[in-house]
Amino acid sequence: MTSLLIRGGRLIDPSQDLDRTGDLLIRDGKIAGAGDVAGHVDEEIDAEGMIVVPGLIDLHAALRDPGDEEDETTFTGTAAALAGGFTSIACLPDTTPAIDNRAAAEFAILQAARARNCHVYPLGAVTKNLNGEELAEMGQLVDGGAVGFSDGKNPIHNAEIMRRALEYSRMFDRPIFNFPEVEELSRSGIMHEGYYSTLLGLRGMPAAAESIMVSRDLALAEMTEGRLHVTTVTVSNSVQQILQAKEAGVKVTCSVTPHHLALDDSTLQRFDAAFKVNPPLRSQDHIDSLIRGLKDGTIDAISSDHQPYSVEKKRNELDEAPFGIAGLETVIPICIQTLIDPGHLSWLQLIDKLSTRPARILGLSKGTLRENSTADVTLIDPDAEWTIEPEQFYSRGRNTPFAGWTVKGRAETVLVNGQVRFHQGQLLSRANPVA
Amino acid sequence: MSTESPSRVWNRKHILGLEELSAEEITQILDQAAEFKQQAKAGVLKLNSLRGKVVANLFFEPSTRTRTSFGLAAKRLSADTVDFSPSGSSLSKGETFIDTAKNIEAMGVDQVVVRHVTPGAPHLLSKHLKASVLNAGDGTHEHPTQALLDIFTIREKKGTLDGLTVTLVGDILHSRVARSNIWGLKKLGARVIVCGPSTLIPRDITQLGVEISYDLDAVLPESDCVNLLRVQFERQRSAFFPSIREYAHLFGLNTERASRGKEGMMVLAPGPINRGVELSTEVADGPHSVVLDQVTNGLLVRMSCLYLLNQYQDRQAERGEA
Repeated sequence: MTSLLIRGGRLIDPSQDLDRTGDLLIRDGKIAGAGDVAGHVDEEIDAEGMIVVPGLIDLHAALRDPGDEEDETTFTGTAAALAGGFTSIACLPDTTPAIDNRAAAEFAILQAARARNCHVYPLGAVTKNLNGEELAEMGQLVDGGAVGFSDGKNPIHNAEIMRRALEYSRMFDRPIFNFPEVEELSRSGIMHEGYYSTLLGLRGMPAAAESIMVSRDLALAEMTEGRLHVTTVTVSNSVQQILQAKEAGVKVTCSVTPHHLALDDSTLQRFDAAFKVNPPLRSQDHIDSLIRGLKDGTIDAISSDHQPYSVEKKRNELDEAPFGIAGLETVIPICIQTLIDPGHLSWLQLIDKLSTRPARILGLSKGTLRENSTADVTLIDPDAEWTIEPEQFYSRGRNTPFAGWTVKGRAETVLVNGQVRFHQGQLLSRANPVA
Repeated sequence: MSTESPSRVWNRKHILGLEELSAEEITQILDQAAEFKQQAKAGVLKLNSLRGKVVANLFFEPSTRTRTSFGLAAKRLSADTVDFSPSGSSLSKGETFIDTAKNIEAMGVDQVVVRHVTPGAPHLLSKHLKASVLNAGDGTHEHPTQALLDIFTIREKKGTLDGLTVTLVGDILHSRVARSNIWGLKKLGARVIVCGPSTLIPRDITQLGVEISYDLDAVLPESDCVNLLRVQFERQRSAFFPSIREYAHLFGLNTERASRGKEGMMVLAPGPINRGVELSTEVADGPHSVVLDQVTNGLLVRMSCLYLLNQYQDRQAERGEA
């Protein structure tokens, strides 16, 4: 029996609608009590001035392992997750080879166990080799630990396949994550289609490319009663449609990224590939709709959509550079800046979107500080001022559009299974294992 | 020899586009080009201004006339030149674009003239190189020297840009020439109409202060100049109009159409022209056409850009020594 007391923090737990100052007791890797705790404990952490929350959970992050270890490995990606305050991540199946079979799912979990940073839950492929033609063995993937299904950044373009995936996954009560894009409309595009794409001569990716796919998927989800998760919603029309579908009882959830809230398409004027991301950074009117959607609950969750790339891949002409932002380590400060400081969301609402809801979407009994739940806990210092320096990232991906920004708020201490794995910028797991 | 007057000092290290140049800077480039033209008429063809300097022409996209024009402009100013035109993309050889440029710069290059298929590629280079960067066309973004030579040619014939109506015809969506022309023409006080198939005119273009027309016959009577942009077949990712025949029918400038134009209407075309598509042979070779003047003036405008960037570098070097 070992016990640890996190003393005097502001406890925030959306699963119990809890927001109060108090202590959190952890015993043998489980949460043993919250409030005013008395009696002997083995160890104490002073949490005064900290916000104590259920560990953050990322709905979709790319780990690139195996296949593209120059961009990220399970070790570096999960270290980045801890540094960002995440205790669990769902990893995308777009590795090489893809996570489209049971062995590959088990390998992802094994790599995470070797890394011993945070929990990793694989998203299995919807289709074999992510090519959109034939369903992957979803039952086998679930048995191998998959918590949901996704074809990564490949939209499931065949409506028939999407229909069958939504129907088939009902047996396992697991969601289908689709990346909403009609490729014919956005092919070879670089940025949002609008004034700035016209100005810069960069090929546009119209808002309709996303909302048309959202529309199709909502109709299929309604028909099949399957569970749909729309990843990275970025346009007004998508938000409106999802709101209507939810009101009609369709089983749909959706998520947004911090960078789509913080940055608009005018940033491409710098011709810097750090701003090249898919879906593209949109115009301010779309951003306003996303914020409204977060406030009214249409948008369930916030995900980093972590897409790490090595420097040599990103430091290139805009046509050649891949899409994506390494987002895990900047989620907290960017959310504070875009959502908390302007008063759009309360802390309780923000943590709901970063932990409690993602846990529900993935079917994990996490995202809570209730007694007897696993002690995955994050202490956030909301006032810590720091400058985002990609060279300091734990991730191998240095591709952030926020380099040089002075921000406030970061994860101070992160506990996984009741053990302190990250504290004051330092990783407390084993050294990088040769695995 | 120096043509610099103290009141007009060139203050830019790079020329990346006309968006960032002021009307005064554009005028300075044009005036300098005019001065070169006077000197050429007086028989002074070769100048010593860039003696001992190296100009690299990096053409990552095929080009004949712009590359030749820049090469000759540098030689007229006595610069040494190096040409680099890779057959494929630099990445196919495993080297990044920036590495390629840095390697060439390391040979002691003072100015880099760059053409690239990707918008912003010259801007990326300007952040990583010590040399001055001159944009010779970046994808569908800007082609500043082409617009400068178009504007120079108009100014030479019409005296001023102020109050003129200039109509740009054709594929506005994929045209770097159109974007640079719009910036330059608007800054010098011209009215600009863009005219072409509705699939090739982005509606947001009006935010740049231009008018849109889909009817060439309607705008010709009010146009002092028409600039017939080449249809960029190679940049189009899908069919933007049903056939070339239909394009020529709606937007091709033939003798009959030209006759309905405004008195003294100038016909420009950046070339290479698709004869029988954007304009008929009779018009291309006819009295309204200034197509070959454009080519001659292109050399002068490019000399002017190289000359002014060199002037900036010399002044920086003097400051460094002082």
